[in-house]
Amino acid sequence: MSERQLIQGNEACARAALAAGCTFFGGYPISPSSEIAELLARELPARGGVFIQMEDELASMGAVLGASLGGRRAMTATSGPGFTLMQEHLGYASLAEIPCVVVDVMRGGPSTGLPTSPAQGDVMQARWGSHGDRATVAVAPGDVQEVYTLTIEAFRLAETLRTPVAVLYDEVIGHMREGVVLHEPTSEELGRRSGPRGPFSPDFLPYEPDEKGVARVPDFGRGYRFHVTGLMHDERGYPTSDHTKVEQLLARLERKVDAAVDAVAPELYRLEDAKIVVVAYGIVARTARAAVDALRAEGVPAGLLRTRLLWPIPAAALTDVIGRADLVVVAEMNRGQWAFEVERLAGRHVQLAPYLRAGGSVITAEELVGHVLRVSTKGARV
Amino acid sequence: MGIDVVSRPPADVPQGDAVASEARDDHALAAARDDAWPGASAEKRFLRYGMMPHMLCPGCGHGIVLDAMLRALARRYETLDDVAFVAGIGCSSRVVGYVDACTLHTTHGRPLTFATGLKLARPDLEVVVVTGDGDGLSIGGNHLIHAARRNIDLTCVLFNNEIYGMTGGQLAPTTIPGAYTSTSPKGNHEQPFDAARLVEAAGATFVARAQSFRTRDFEEIFLRALEHEGFSFVEVMTDCTEYFGRTNRLGNGADLLFSQARADVAIEADLAGRPTLQEVPARPVRPVMEMGVIHESRRQTLEEAMGLVEARS
Ligand SMILES: Cc1ncc(C[n+]2csc(CCOP(=O)(O)OP(=O)(O)O)c2C)c(N)n1
Ligand code: SF4
Ligand SMILES: [Mg+2]
Repeated sequence: MSERQLIQGNEACARAALAAGCTFFGGYPISPSSEIAELLARELPARGGVFIQMEDELASMGAVLGASLGGRRAMTATSGPGFTLMQEHLGYASLAEIPCVVVDVMRGGPSTGLPTSPAQGDVMQARWGSHGDRATVAVAPGDVQEVYTLTIEAFRLAETLRTPVAVLYDEVIGHMREGVVLHEPTSEELGRRSGPRGPFSPDFLPYEPDEKGVARVPDFGRGYRFHVTGLMHDERGYPTSDHTKVEQLLARLERKVDAAVDAVAPELYRLEDAKIVVVAYGIVARTARAAVDALRAEGVPAGLLRTRLLWPIPAAALTDVIGRADLVVVAEMNRGQWAFEVERLAGRHVQLAPYLRAGGSVITAEELVGHVLRVSTKGARV
Repeated sequence: MGIDVVSRPPADVPQGDAVASEARDDHALAAARDDAWPGASAEKRFLRYGMMPHMLCPGCGHGIVLDAMLRALARRYETLDDVAFVAGIGCSSRVVGYVDACTLHTTHGRPLTFATGLKLARPDLEVVVVTGDGDGLSIGGNHLIHAARRNIDLTCVLFNNEIYGMTGGQLAPTTIPGAYTSTSPKGNHEQPFDAARLVEAAGATFVARAQSFRTRDFEEIFLRALEHEGFSFVEVMTDCTEYFGRTNRLGNGADLLFSQARADVAIEADLAGRPTLQEVPARPVRPVMEMGVIHESRRQTLEEAMGLVEARS
């Protein structure tokens, strides 16, 4: 299946899940993500997989985690309000190291908000939505083709790192149709779940980390008897309140997800000599690219850093690019969620002028060009 | 819908002794079968000793219930390799950690959701859900009725101690009217759920109620629930000595067990000589409840309907 097909973002997501070996979907309908569930409701049972519509999003995530422990590649898809209800079980999956993929097709919020308008308002929810200090992985595809490739990559990251991975894109990408090549992933692109070292023995340690810092939890019903809990646990998986062990566990969970930073590198566009750096992701990165081209045509040294990974934040790439810039413009469709993170990384030498939009419409290239010209002429250094 | 009370001991035999002597026979049988660990009974072999000491208070009914569950499992399984226990959060839910099986201690109220995913992923596994009255009927009530409606082949045991034990004895949706809890200092103003009837109405195909007081009955009922194909629900009345018992001045663990006996329709006659709680109006009154198998029927399970397992007639 390598010829180009005209399909919708949500369809590309569902096709990618099937290509990535997903055999379990548990979900609850919500715009603008429902097409993913609808397609998988048709396709999964036909391929020996399981589709179930649960009673709510808490239940959907619970079912996904149960299925994952049963050995399935499992996923759900939702939008902001549902993502909120999933947070408790996302925290559980992080701590208990249960692989899963959660697609959040973002719409305007808070609350029921703008059900069918695009937004990028769940960036911080993906990072800190669940209580406690949780290491998270979230990818942000920028077009329909990338919805396909990054959904496959999300499954690989989830399985190999044994952690929940969020796929965040907005309503426009979800519903937009583009020509896409649906390539079959190689076994490397699929990845493999870490598992136990040897056969079951009474001193078996399911939460002993492998060389990548990932627990060696087996699937249920494979001859291993062990305990899984959302309490802090030791390597046996038994509850512990030993402060040193808990610190070590949290540090390991944070360290292991760093592997995602190398795996999902940002796109660097016309940045070689850029003094004005636009930082964007998702749908906004498309208009930002057009804005950069327009600025270059005017002789303004602009470039684009398009991140495809929101969490963990690709700090090295960002500080490198920002370090050479005079003006950084984070353009995003929220009130400055990633912009604050970029600000934390930026030194004092650089002028920051984010362009933010949360009202439900996409930032256009013209607006962005206007914004850059305005702030760059005001700011003395360009 | 008749009440099918199983293995009721004869009325003239003292209850405690009858239970103990029958249990001892069972222990002997199990020990004879067990060559891996000579001298240990089957249900003891199923315990996870690394997790000991356990966290239950002295006199708590939850351990009695777990013991009976393990006895029933020992009658059905040689090993628990293919048995998964899924529990929520609460003292009751904690007991799954003490079982040497695949055990999943989930989040408050949601064990049935995890169990649903696990069962659909691995229909060949025996999946047992342990939940409390707070866990299963309050925060997890929605999941309970939906699991029953789907008739997914799970066995769910709800430990009903009529209170939130783990968090320090707060009001539960099962607390009897008038009972004192730390959040009903003037006595409970609300009506409790009838869990068994609720789950029956929602579509469960095996529904029973039992007591930690009559462990042999509970053991038989739990075994039947395991054997039943479809959603099996067993509500087991148990006691929180630490909070429910103390706050309502109901005495020690043994006194609480007898108060269960008085609330049992089927055995009222056996205890005619004892004062009933109704005679002590200052205290909350445990309602008289039907015990035994309340409903049993056969309809297509979710796994059968989905084509994940072959339809079993
Ligand atoms: C989301 C959430 N809310 C509240 C709690 C606190 N909590 C823990 S156990 C419990 C009640 C447990 O009651 P029950 O299920 O009846 O179990 P018992 O301890 O009585 O056996 C509560 C409210 C929690 N852990 N998670
Ligand atoms: S608090 Fe109550 S329910 Fe919990 S262990 Fe103690 S007696 Fe049992
Ligand atoms: Mg309780």
